[in-house]
Amino acid sequence: MKMNIPKAPPIKKQTIFYAIVLIFVIVWGLSGINYKGIMASAGGTIRAMGRGILYPDIEYLTNMTIDGLPYAIVETLAIAIAGTFISGILSVPFALLASQNIVGKRVSRIGKFLITSIRVFPELILAIIFVKIVGPGAVAGVMALGIHSIGMLGKLFSESIESMDMGPVEALEASGASAVQKLFHAVIPTVMTDLMGFTLYRFEINTRAASTLGIVGAGGIGAPLIFSIGSRNWSRVSIIVITLIITVIIVDMISGSIRKRLQ
Amino acid sequence: MRPPHEFSQKIPQKPSDIKRYLSILLFILLIYSAGKFTRFSVRDLIEGMNEGAGFLKELFFPPDWAYMRRLIDPMKETIQISIVGTFFGSIFAIPLAILSARNFLQKPLITGFFRNFLGLFRTIPSLVFAALFASVFGLGSFPGMMALVVFTSGLVAKLGFEAIESIDPGPVEALESCGASKLSILRYAIIPQILPQYLSFVLYSFEINIRASAVLGYVGAGGIANYYNRTLSFLQYDRAGSIVILTFVVVMALDLVSSRIRERLL
Repeated sequence: MKMNIPKAPPIKKQTIFYAIVLIFVIVWGLSGINYKGIMASAGGTIRAMGRGILYPDIEYLTNMTIDGLPYAIVETLAIAIAGTFISGILSVPFALLASQNIVGKRVSRIGKFLITSIRVFPELILAIIFVKIVGPGAVAGVMALGIHSIGMLGKLFSESIESMDMGPVEALEASGASAVQKLFHAVIPTVMTDLMGFTLYRFEINTRAASTLGIVGAGGIGAPLIFSIGSRNWSRVSIIVITLIITVIIVDMISGSIRKRLQ
Repeated sequence: MRPPHEFSQKIPQKPSDIKRYLSILLFILLIYSAGKFTRFSVRDLIEGMNEGAGFLKELFFPPDWAYMRRLIDPMKETIQISIVGTFFGSIFAIPLAILSARNFLQKPLITGFFRNFLGLFRTIPSLVFAALFASVFGLGSFPGMMALVVFTSGLVAKLGFEAIESIDPGPVEALESCGASKLSILRYAIIPQILPQYLSFVLYSFEINIRASAVLGYVGAGGIANYYNRTLSFLQYDRAGSIVILTFVVVMALDLVSSRIRERLL
């Protein structure tokens, strides 16, 4: 029997071209990274970090005052909850404005552009701006998350509205319902489960985000964390990071199980 | 004579709503207490509106256009950090994804270990990694790049092993039945199936990394965010405004390029 093994197709010219472009981009990128070598003190720093991980600052964990870790963690969670709630509500009008089947093709483009532009700003930059507006504290963090999350939730909401079953809307239209009635009795009930699922997912992201907002003074665990990294208080850093990891895992578990039940 | 049959006017009872109302109540209570705890008040917000509008006016009307020229170099650094971070991160992600995929190694102990390891790493924000690396490697673009490498390898590896687990098992089985080694199964059955998805995950994480590296400088890890401190602490709001505008334009443009390529891939 003669074996007839087909030859592998030749590599496309296009692929080679893209590979060369990619190599150039990466080489250009590398030229911007100034590796100064490990700092002379790095060995000591790493050893001190190791000691910190072995001996976490338990006192900080059991400190129930406003300067303790429990307060900062609860504040972080509160920022995430309040911020997610605000963005969940604010996202609905943005999503409606961006949905083709609700406002038509032209207007939906404006809505989509608005949502994309909100998504461009990292929440930390929004937090810097809100700290200037409402002063340092948790409210600035809530507002930063509340606005930034519209960028993602608005997009997901509008995708879900655009792919919904239009039957209920048409039924209401046929019986002469007003636009507001159509919205509250057909559109929102149809997509409600989706919206809640997305909002919970965003809550998981926001819990992580809220833990860094404190760096710019917007409340939560970020401020003590960055402060103890700066002052090389590694036993405190390690207790904060450990608590943060556990908190995030618990939040993910709770939110994940609610999301599963929603479907 | 029998009386005519009377139709029952009874409407079947709705199932009890108590559980639903209770969970809604719990929900409202949670949100209310979160608002109370953060001292959120709509009135303060409205009162702050004037000040906010004034601040926005100082930021953007007009921004310091001349200052833009001095921002080009740090902006370049931000882009470079995210390119290199994405590149190395997605390379490290490949072995991690392969080791975490349940259907490839079929050794629950190893895959379980790598899965949990990835999950653990993903809970730590990249800004925290950046700050930690900055204290080992010193300030500059290198710790920023390292933070993105860690973040990207976690994200791409997770998306990657999920993709490997959902491939069509046909080619794998065909190769297995001919007695192919694990390596050739990887090369001829798995990689061809997930390559386009992998590339799109890489681009997706590049889009996230651009935003991340635009703030990494805040903890001394290189890039444009360094300049927020410099300008805001000297109350040079018009200059801060030009940083915001430049970031906006660059992120938007790179997003557009990346999502175009992603659309073509899939």
